[in-house]
Amino acid sequence: MNLRPDLAVIARHVAPGSRVLDVGCGEGELMAVLQADKGCDARGMEIDPAAVARCVARGLSVVQGDADRDLADYPDGAFDYAILSQTLQTAARPDRMLDDLLRIGRRAFVSFPNFAYWRMRLGLLVGGRMPVTRHLPVSWYETQNIHHVTVEDFRDLLREMGVTVEQFWFFTGDSEIGGIKANWRAEHAVFQLSR
Amino acid sequence: MASSLAATDRILVLPEPLPLDSGQVLPGVEIAFETYGALAADRGNAILVFHALTGDQHLASPHPITGKPGWWDRMVGPGKPIDTDRFHVICANIIGGCMGSTGPASLDPEGRAYAMRFPVITVRDMVRAQVALLDALGIERLHAVVGGSMGGMLALSLAANFPERAARVLAIATAARHSAQNIAFHEVGRQAIMADPDWRGGDYYAASGSGGKGPEKGLAVARMAAHITYLSEAGLTEKFGRRLQDRAAKSFGFDADFQIESYLRYQGLSFTDRFDANSYLYITRAMDYFDLAEEHGGRLADAFAGCAARFCVISFDTDWLYPTAESRAIVHALNAVAAPVSFVELSAPYGHDSFLLEVPALDRVVQGFLA
Repeated sequence: MNLRPDLAVIARHVAPGSRVLDVGCGEGELMAVLQADKGCDARGMEIDPAAVARCVARGLSVVQGDADRDLADYPDGAFDYAILSQTLQTAARPDRMLDDLLRIGRRAFVSFPNFAYWRMRLGLLVGGRMPVTRHLPVSWYETQNIHHVTVEDFRDLLREMGVTVEQFWFFTGDSEIGGIKANWRAEHAVFQLSR
Repeated sequence: MASSLAATDRILVLPEPLPLDSGQVLPGVEIAFETYGALAADRGNAILVFHALTGDQHLASPHPITGKPGWWDRMVGPGKPIDTDRFHVICANIIGGCMGSTGPASLDPEGRAYAMRFPVITVRDMVRAQVALLDALGIERLHAVVGGSMGGMLALSLAANFPERAARVLAIATAARHSAQNIAFHEVGRQAIMADPDWRGGDYYAASGSGGKGPEKGLAVARMAAHITYLSEAGLTEKFGRRLQDRAAKSFGFDADFQIESYLRYQGLSFTDRFDANSYLYITRAMDYFDLAEEHGGRLADAFAGCAARFCVISFDTDWLYPTAESRAIVHALNAVAAPVSFVELSAPYGHDSFLLEVPALDRVVQGFLA
C-alpha cells in the first residue's frame, strides 16, 4: 500500500507489536499497515462518521470522536504511541492536544504542514494573500487550519512544554529532505516526541 | 410478501432450574428460538441476536400471528449484512416474553398461569437463560452477539457477565442503564395497563380464555406512548404533519381527526393481538432495573474488565430514547479498560427505530464488523 510520506515515515519507526492510537485516522490507511505489517494493536479516532464506517467495515477499531474533546476519555499511558497526523493545526488548543497525546501515549508522532515554507512566505510577501498550495488547497475562509504553525513555532512550544524531540523528518512534496534550514525548505514536518 | 428464508423453530426446556437475580429460582424454563443458516463443524460461526422489548424470535421469518416478515428481515439472510450463508444465526424469545418462552402467561408448577406471581426478572436473568440455551446447543463461543435497543442491553450484559462467550459484541441504539426519562415512559405504560379494569390484578388469562378479554385498552395506550419515543419529531412531522385523516375539516369532536392519532391508535390496537400485557409489565421492569455499572461496583469500566471481545457501538443522531451520549458512556468505559472498540453515530431520520429501518451505512458497519 502507498502511504502518504509522513505516514510512511511514522509506520517505519513504530516498534513492532506496539499499541498505537491514531488520532484523526481518516479511513485507517496507517492503522491497516501497522496492523498488517507490524503486528500492532492499532486503534483510531476520527471525526467523520463516513470515514469511521469505512474503518469498521475493514475490521479496524475506530471511535468516532472529536480530538479536541474526546481524547480526555483515554486513560494515562494507555498506548505506546499516539499519532496525530496533519491535525494539530486544526485543534482548538494545539498545546493541550499535545499534552493529551503525551499523557495517553508514552511517545507521540506529530506531523503538520509548515506555514514558513518558502513558497508560502513568497506567496504572502509577493501576492499579499493567504497562500493556497498543493498541500493546503483550501482558501482561508473555508480551511479547517485555524492555528497556522511553523517548524520554529513548534520547536518553541515543545521547549516551553518540556517535551523531548527524539527524531524529526522533513518533506518537500513527496521527498524527504535534510534538516538544514528546514523552516524555509520543508513543506511539512514529522516529529517523534516523548516526555 | 413474507420472507421465504427457512427457519428452524424449536422449544428447548432447560435441564436445570434457572437462578434469578431476585434470589428466586424458575423451574422448567422453556425457551422458544429460531435458527438460520448451518452451524459449522467447529461450531464457531454462531451469532446470537437479542430482540428488543416487543420483538421475538421471528428474526427473519414471517411472524406467526401477523404474517409480517421477521423484524430484522432486511438485516439477516443469505447475502445480507448478517449473512446466513456464512453464519448460524440464533434468535430466542426472552424469558418473560410471550412468544413461547416461559413468561407470566406460562403455567406455574400448580398448573395455573403465573400472572403476577411470575418472579420479577432482570436483563441478566434473560441473558443467563440464553447462555443456558447455548450450553444446550453445545455452542461454547459465539462469533458475535448482536442486539439493538433492549437487545443491545442484553448483548452488553452478556459481555460483562459471560466474557468468554462472545468474540464480538455489537450494541446498537442502546444504553448501559435506563435513565429517569426511560423509566418514566415505561411507568406511563405500566400504569395504563394496570388502570384497565380488565387487567384484574394480572389474572385475566381465564377471562380471555372464556370469551372475556385482557387489558387491551391499557396495553394499547402503553404501546401508543412507547411508539412516540421510537420516532423522531422530524420523522413524525414529515410522515404526518398536521394532516387530517380521511376528512376535509376538523370534526369538533374526539375522533382521530389527525393522521398521527389514527396511526397511533392502529399501532396500539394491533399490538394487543400479538403481545401479552403482563409480559409488557415484566420486560419493561427488567429494562428499568438495568444498570450495568451498578451490577459491577458502580464503575461501568469494571463491567468490561475481563472481556476480551471486540466491541462495536452504534447510535443514531435522531434517537432521543437512547441518545448518543449513552453510547459514548459505553465507549468511554471500554476505552478505560483498553478494549478494542469501534463507535459511530450514524445519521438517519427515523429516531430510535432507525436500527430496524433502511439505513445503508448501518448495513455496511454491521457487515464489516462481523466479517
